[in-house]
Amino acid sequence: MSDYFDLSPLWISIETAAATIVIVFFLGVLAAWWVERLSSEIVKILVDGIFTLPMVLPPTVAGFFLLVVFGNNRIVGRFFIDNFGIQIAFNWIATVLAAGVISFPLMYRSARGALVQVDKGIMEAGRSLGMTEWRIFWRLHLPNALPGIIAGGLLAFARGLGEFGATAMLAGNIAGKTRTLPLAVYSAVAAGDFDSAGVYVLIIVTICLAVVIGLNYYQHYMKKRMEE
Amino acid sequence: MCILAMVTIGCGGGSKKEDTSTKPQKTVQLAAAASLEKVFEQQLIPMFNKKHPEIKIQGIYDASGKLQSQIENGLNADLFISAANKQMQALDKKGYMDSASIKPLLENKLVLIVPAKGESNIKEFEDFAKAKYPAIGDPASVPAGQYAREALTSLGIWNHVQPKASLGTNVTQVLNWVGEGSADAGLVYATDAALIKDKVHVVAEAPTGTLKKPVIYPLGILKRAQQQAAAKELAAFLSTEEAMQTFEKYGFARVK
Repeated sequence: MSDYFDLSPLWISIETAAATIVIVFFLGVLAAWWVERLSSEIVKILVDGIFTLPMVLPPTVAGFFLLVVFGNNRIVGRFFIDNFGIQIAFNWIATVLAAGVISFPLMYRSARGALVQVDKGIMEAGRSLGMTEWRIFWRLHLPNALPGIIAGGLLAFARGLGEFGATAMLAGNIAGKTRTLPLAVYSAVAAGDFDSAGVYVLIIVTICLAVVIGLNYYQHYMKKRMEE
Repeated sequence: MCILAMVTIGCGGGSKKEDTSTKPQKTVQLAAAASLEKVFEQQLIPMFNKKHPEIKIQGIYDASGKLQSQIENGLNADLFISAANKQMQALDKKGYMDSASIKPLLENKLVLIVPAKGESNIKEFEDFAKAKYPAIGDPASVPAGQYAREALTSLGIWNHVQPKASLGTNVTQVLNWVGEGSADAGLVYATDAALIKDKVHVVAEAPTGTLKKPVIYPLGILKRAQQQAAAKELAAFLSTEEAMQTFEKYGFARVK
């Protein structure tokens, strides 16, 4: 082991998870809103299935698809290299992609559940007042669904933090660049270095525990507020 | 009762009962390093079977360290081929091996590979320092990674490579990274490169002298082998010209 303990996985994980949740939050809520407004039930079911898929597939399958789409020799990967000179594979952005794909379904489903539960009467009232659909969403629908959406966001954040299988395939395992906490654990265990692995695990557990406890407290607090 | 009598007669008269083979089948249990699986299963075992139809070979292939543990825990291997001297020496010291039978069988070379697709400015082994996205096995856990670090250190470029390197937890991961083009260069065994010849291109071998000890695959017969004679037959066959040429096709090198 080196003289100092390598904490870079912590920073990389935090950066990745933060960037991921920002993107996934907006995409998830938008997707939920769009699907809810689809008129055809069949299309709704199909699209919902596709959006949910990354969550139920094994992460290595998701990693496979990511590689096959964003890899250097593949469609999207090639496009970015040829047109922008940006390589996705083996770069930090790939960790965000992987975490995003894995955590998106969680955000989407939570947001959809939260949006559905809002009393439709409120929206109808807005319509009768002549509000546009967008204003109704932004001023009435979303604020009332926010607690559930935020809860979903916290879960999606934690899930993105724990992404592993897909990350290694596309982002590689480069210390200080793409080695996230889960990758650091795996590498340490493979090397028989259970001490280091233990420290990384402790860090992950602490963060995830904080998120889940925070979530529970938030829901408890919102419940109390509703009862007043 | 009738059936019981028939089975008893059948068992007692085993040596007289003729089926397709003239002698009862002997099974030799081979324990070999994972990198040997393809060459044995695809070529060598069928070749050996043609000459010795009465000897059946059962191969188990895994990381040499894992095989060593299994042998120590009772695996009934007759013949052991490891990917490094370390495991063979360890078993020999503990008395598992017929020391006289241990001999170096093959050499594996550490090679620099680049993706087959596209141009590469990497033309020599030393150019590995130029790679933007180099990949090697994790020196902390992968023997190929340890050799990579050793070779790069002796060439004075380890410090250039290490900060950028993606570390694989096994060599196949490194191989696939290069095969997919995610890594622009990688260090793997020649035998690994041979597995996906169409996706990777071997640029160079580690220069002589960069590795203190070459990667040797020793072969040895276990002391408690139940099929000593058959195991010896197999060991002898593996040293023949025919077998060696087959090994070479799969990327192995002869021991000089």
